[in-house]
Amino acid sequence: MITVTDARKNYGSFAALDDVSLDIPSGSLTALLGPSGSGKSTLLRSIAGLEGLDSGTVTIEGRDVTNEPPQRRGIGFVFQHYAAFKHMTVRDNVAFGLTIRKRPKAETDKKVDELLEIVGLDGFRNRYPAQLSGGQRQRMALARALAVDPQVLLLDEPFGALDAKVRTDLRQWLRRLHDEVHVTTVLVTHDQEEALDVADRIAVLNKGRIEQVGDPVTLYERPANDFVMGFLGSVAHFGDQLVRPHDIVLERDRATALALDAKVAGSPGVVEAVVERVVPLGFEVRVDLRADSGARFAAQITRRDAADLQLREGETVHARAVGRSSVVEVDPALAI
Amino acid sequence: MRISTGTRISLRVIALGYLFVLLAVPIAVILWRTFSPGIGEFVASVSTPAAQSAINLSLLIVAIVVPLNVVFGVATALALVRGRFRGRGLLQAVVDLPFAVSPIVVGVALIMLWGAGGWFGGLDNAGFKVIFGLPGMVIATLFVTLPFVVREVEPVLHEIGQEQEQAASTLGANRWQTFWRITLPAIRWGLTYGIVLTVARALGEFGAVIMVSSGFPGVSQTLTLLVHSRYIDDHNTYGAYAAATLLMGIALVVLLLMTVLDRKRSDR
Ligand SMILES: Nc1ncnc2c1ncn2[C@@H]1O[C@H](COP(=O)(O)OP(=O)(O)O)[C@@H](O)[C@H]1O
Ligand SMILES: [Mg+2]
Repeated sequence: MITVTDARKNYGSFAALDDVSLDIPSGSLTALLGPSGSGKSTLLRSIAGLEGLDSGTVTIEGRDVTNEPPQRRGIGFVFQHYAAFKHMTVRDNVAFGLTIRKRPKAETDKKVDELLEIVGLDGFRNRYPAQLSGGQRQRMALARALAVDPQVLLLDEPFGALDAKVRTDLRQWLRRLHDEVHVTTVLVTHDQEEALDVADRIAVLNKGRIEQVGDPVTLYERPANDFVMGFLGSVAHFGDQLVRPHDIVLERDRATALALDAKVAGSPGVVEAVVERVVPLGFEVRVDLRADSGARFAAQITRRDAADLQLREGETVHARAVGRSSVVEVDPALAI
Repeated sequence: MRISTGTRISLRVIALGYLFVLLAVPIAVILWRTFSPGIGEFVASVSTPAAQSAINLSLLIVAIVVPLNVVFGVATALALVRGRFRGRGLLQAVVDLPFAVSPIVVGVALIMLWGAGGWFGGLDNAGFKVIFGLPGMVIATLFVTLPFVVREVEPVLHEIGQEQEQAASTLGANRWQTFWRITLPAIRWGLTYGIVLTVARALGEFGAVIMVSSGFPGVSQTLTLLVHSRYIDDHNTYGAYAAATLLMGIALVVLLLMTVLDRKRSDR
């Protein structure tokens, strides 16, 4: 368990961390999610000891490490830009922590070989970082961090510098690795898809504060506020509420729409709208709509429903909301 | 902008001619004058007791100055790049002072400071000769060579950033281990070049050293002072050329040695 209590960090008069408290359970894979500048890295680096707090405490597995330097916190840290030791081979990079600890060479070599196999770099032992691709460098950095058997593994946007394909591959791989190794892991990301994909817990940060902590499903379906809802997926302003685009159902017939809507308690009602565009997204279809009031919103429906409806641009449809994922009341100024 | 072929060729000719007249011709003249009477003459001229002593003194000064500049130069560069302290701007400016101040002024300042009757003249009165002794020449050389290591290492430190060092600290390395294993190898090239420049300047310094040396042949003459005294005092033109050639030769050897050593180490 990592416990951060009332962490505060100011840069001048600006609060990068504004009294943040957070518990990270042992063995979990927790994502710190938030927009750029929300204080994710500052929080992660404070846990690592790379940044000092102005006030507040950090404990790792019951040990107060607030005043300990990074080398005495029992952590592994992975940087966005790899921080590979350029003048060392892959082997020496991964062995670094063990060399510092003066472990016997045979033991070190065995451990390095094991780790290089896990991260899929067996054949690259004697290469230099400059001879590796970005994805390979980051896997080397992961092996290096894991070599010292850290109590917690801290990753700061580890896939942020990689291209899209490698990024999704690596995060799947990280998920599987975590399922095997079970080391308490904290991952910083600004990408909600990445957080939903790999993490079993997500803490959403905004302006140096934690907005909500929970498992991905809870956060997606019961966001505590507008910010969390908006950050964890797309939203449509519908009536006086925020709803997910795939919770909007379209009907040709107004009477049908009204009848079905009556069965949904507290629904925002039926909105008449003109189809502006129909965009196929593969498995789903996005329908861009304009309400009577002139407000624009989008509905996301399945291919089959779209085919049944035979939507054409310029036609009028009746939209209703089902299974509202939002409990949020919208600012009236934004409502349709 | 497009440049016509004619213009391009004449620009090249001018550039090459400029380098030729300024650099190549003087060096060639010295080499030619040195070796035209034969290699034996050269060897005889640079192995007189006075020449031997000058070589030893010059190398001794280099041997003292280089380690001091390496230690303080790297520490200063680290402070300038990583430090967050008051007076950093001032330090930046002070480091460049030796570039701005004429060596002869340095010599005068040292005499006023360390000579009999100077601020630190007590040492002189107590029998520890700074001015007109080895310490004076070392201090003068230190002063003029101070910026080289700092200014070569500084940009490299900027470029490598702090992430590698932070990674090392999360892996269990303390500051000292991080410095030896991560920082030093990373700044190696800049440091090497800084040392080469320091050696070259330390061997070649004349103005500051002549002010603080007693200048006795065979006792307190560096190679540059030997060249000067042979030419001016002894009217021994050939001896001056030979000593100058030797001076260039040593600098060249140092440059080659450093390059080779460093290539060897990075090839490992
Ligand atoms: N060394 C620093 N000096 C001044 N401001 C900083 C420093 N580091 C971070 N900040 C500020 O603190 C805020 C949070 O930064 P950071 O934790 O890096 O955000 P994130 O990782 O969520 O993008 C940002 O507004 C950033 O500008
Ligand atoms: Mg960040």
